[in-house]
Amino acid sequence: MRHQIVSDDLRAPEMAEAIEKCVHCGFCLPACPTYNLLGEEMDSPRGRIYLMKNVLEERLAAEEAQPYIDRCLGCMACVPACPSGVEYGDLLVGYRALQEKERQRSPLDALARKLVCETLPYPRRFRLAARTGKIGKALLPALPASFASMLSLLPEKLPPARSLPPVLPAQGEQRGKVALLLGCVQQVLAPEISYAAAHVLAANGVEVHIPPEQGCCSSILLHVGAEEQAQVIARRNFDEIPEDVDAIITTAAGCGSGMKDYPLLFKGQPDAERASAFARKVLDFSAYLAGLGLRAGPGFASERRVVYQDACHLLHAQGHQGEPRTLLNQVPNLRLLSIADAGMCCGSAGTYNIDQPEIAAELARRKVESILAAQPNLVVSGNIGCIMQLRQELARQGWALPVLHIAELLMPAAGRSSAYAGETGWNERTPIG
Amino acid sequence: MSTRPLGRPTTIDDQQMNHPFIEALETIYPPERILTRDAQLLPYESDGLTAFQSKPGAVVIPVSEEEVIATVRLCHEMALPFVARGSGTSLSGGSLPIPDGLVIALNRLNRIKRIDPQQRIAVVEPGVVNLHITEAAQPYNLYYAPDPSSQSICTIGGNIAFNSGGAHCLKYGMTSNHVLGMKVVLADGTVTQFGGESIEGVGIGPDLIGLFVGSEGLFGIALEITVRLMPQPELYRTVLAAYDDIGKAGDAVSLVVASGLLPGAMEIMDRLAIKAAQASVKAGYPDAEALLIVELEGEAPQVEAEFAQLQSIIESSGAFELRVANSEEERARIWKGRKSAFSAVGRLSPDFIVQDGVVPRSRLGEALLAIDAIKAKYGLDVANVFHAGDGNLHPLILYDGREPGALERAEALAGEILALCVSLGGSITGEHGIGMEKRDYLPAMFSEQEIDIMQALRRAIDPKEIANRGKMFPSGEAPALQQHGLHPLERQGVISRE
Repeated sequence: MRHQIVSDDLRAPEMAEAIEKCVHCGFCLPACPTYNLLGEEMDSPRGRIYLMKNVLEERLAAEEAQPYIDRCLGCMACVPACPSGVEYGDLLVGYRALQEKERQRSPLDALARKLVCETLPYPRRFRLAARTGKIGKALLPALPASFASMLSLLPEKLPPARSLPPVLPAQGEQRGKVALLLGCVQQVLAPEISYAAAHVLAANGVEVHIPPEQGCCSSILLHVGAEEQAQVIARRNFDEIPEDVDAIITTAAGCGSGMKDYPLLFKGQPDAERASAFARKVLDFSAYLAGLGLRAGPGFASERRVVYQDACHLLHAQGHQGEPRTLLNQVPNLRLLSIADAGMCCGSAGTYNIDQPEIAAELARRKVESILAAQPNLVVSGNIGCIMQLRQELARQGWALPVLHIAELLMPAAGRSSAYAGETGWNERTPIG
Repeated sequence: MSTRPLGRPTTIDDQQMNHPFIEALETIYPPERILTRDAQLLPYESDGLTAFQSKPGAVVIPVSEEEVIATVRLCHEMALPFVARGSGTSLSGGSLPIPDGLVIALNRLNRIKRIDPQQRIAVVEPGVVNLHITEAAQPYNLYYAPDPSSQSICTIGGNIAFNSGGAHCLKYGMTSNHVLGMKVVLADGTVTQFGGESIEGVGIGPDLIGLFVGSEGLFGIALEITVRLMPQPELYRTVLAAYDDIGKAGDAVSLVVASGLLPGAMEIMDRLAIKAAQASVKAGYPDAEALLIVELEGEAPQVEAEFAQLQSIIESSGAFELRVANSEEERARIWKGRKSAFSAVGRLSPDFIVQDGVVPRSRLGEALLAIDAIKAKYGLDVANVFHAGDGNLHPLILYDGREPGALERAEALAGEILALCVSLGGSITGEHGIGMEKRDYLPAMFSEQEIDIMQALRRAIDPKEIANRGKMFPSGEAPALQQHGLHPLERQGVISRE
């Protein structure tokens, strides 16, 4: 579409390009979860693009468009569905950051935002805050994306921290050398994920570096418009993470797509080249391991029926559809099941559980319905947000079906099968029927 | 948590347009299904042709046919123009709103009411997506044949309005060949039934379904549609023939048609289009002046017999290479190149226009030569991709919009191609319809008397001319034309209408 956007915002060229490429053909409509539920143009990708265009052109007040932009899950299912190659993410992320800066903040909002910036990206502080109950619902309004939903599911008791050495040596013949990003919230809420990922990689002949002073991916800071602080944390990663690794491994979908956007964060700045070099190495756990081939996997004695739940930011934003499935297919006695509408968001994205409870609940309900129809005895995913969403919905419906990170499933291969299963409390179930 | 209904923004306080028809609509709809705010209306101001934009006064979202009927009766009473809208994928501006008029968004009337595998019919509501019928019929080995390339999103209501086709309409016909019956509300509020459930019943009396299908929304709204389902083909045979001269490829089409064979699809691409497809999807096509794709489909013994005949025809047509798809993967690769050709042309040129016209298939060679002469005159490149089987041309006119005057030259060239189609005895549109885009070309195809008859028919059904006012006929009460120019969708190469 032709546009008349004049903005000196750093991301304006990317936003304008996305709008220019959109031709309003409607091929994105079937892929969009909110359009599927609501059937209204303003809740579709092309409708939102049109609204953002009109706001940026100053033909429409931002607060008029806000409810519809807020309702976008950011699942990026529209991106692979688009025949003309619109980078919807560039537009949405840029637009949201711009609006965040311009939004009038109440003192309470500002305080909550400050709290987010000061705690979430720092696991030690966050753990302390979460333990002492200083973090809670007050924070939620300022939180973006998956973070709010994760926090709304904050458990009564935090799991114990898992310590990992700065370097976990490869077992057997060494096949690779990687750095592992621990992330922020995940480190506190589900430390077992990074722990499992590190040990699975090591068992598969990979030397794993876990720099203790690493930062988080900084996506959360970008989401709340704290761009400079995001850059500080990103730079710390450039300094702390060794340059000679084959890959920088992420175990949460959002961290991966966030770090792949570093070049945009440092666009036109002295660190631009460094950011690009760093971003090129960022790779999801399952994609890296699939590339290497599974050497040591869990030894199931009898058939396990497994559903793999695609995280939107792995499937749509990073294009990892085949890799996790390749890995799972390499596990003996594991039967990978397919489900209907696998690419449709489970509703964990966004501040959905809080802001859009009906839509989030309906998406979760539909997702669980598709999963149950396949009669699995295990569900795995590559993203903590999806895992928590599915656990919550399954529990609500009264199903005792374990939902694990793919790294945890592969963990028994590291030779800790029974002990590990006992530790984490997941065990096998008979198929639902 | 709150229990507000889906689809209702709550951060904005309720304020509605102060207009008598809004008040009247409130007697039919709850407030959350009457959209009146700017942020709700702007996304409806264009369909698939964004060169035109026009903001409606309101959008209503009915969930039952009773609501649709009540709305149309209200519009008739108050002389309020309305547009029925499905997924808004029209490429001719067919579902463009009327300024300050009403948009009736039919997306939630999307129930497949019945599939009857014995009778091979489906009964559906107008907002059902085309492909969803096929998906619902799949368990019975049946499918819905018309396959516009937007079939994953376009709705049956829109298919009826524009008598949509698709790559396979060569063998199976357009939408009008697949509608057996429908319940409609005419623009004056009359509710009536055309046709029924059996193919036999259709032949009696005037063909009212034929009248309604393709009327571009000027007569009213289909409420319930009974469509025919077809058995899924047992076998496909797909061949790719390469020629050193596009005329030979055109002649091969005539030979196939004359032989009595009726392939499922017959498509031609010229050198420029082949180059684009290669660059885009590495289809592995031979280096040629023209490629002809022919696909046979049906029951195995018949397809095998026809395939032998087709092979000998193509061998005699002067093809220098003949490839046969030996697997589903090879078949998919052949089609992938063809289907991506439109978007792929975007790689050859910063801007382009896709034209949609029809020539009698026996005059394809002649038309291609004439297009060559026209493009030489304008100094612009034209890539040709077309449904050869039914003579539906899609010349892609390449130009650089940054060059002063280039767009005007490209548009003039496009106009000459349309004039050529008419002069050869063809049509100004194969699949997009007239809509807003081509209404000024209507007199090029129809005489004054013919247009008068159409107008008389329309006024007999819609005396107040409220249904999709401003479309199809030249010099109607036109929606504001804010911007005229290329077809942005086509410029981007998005459409791959197969």
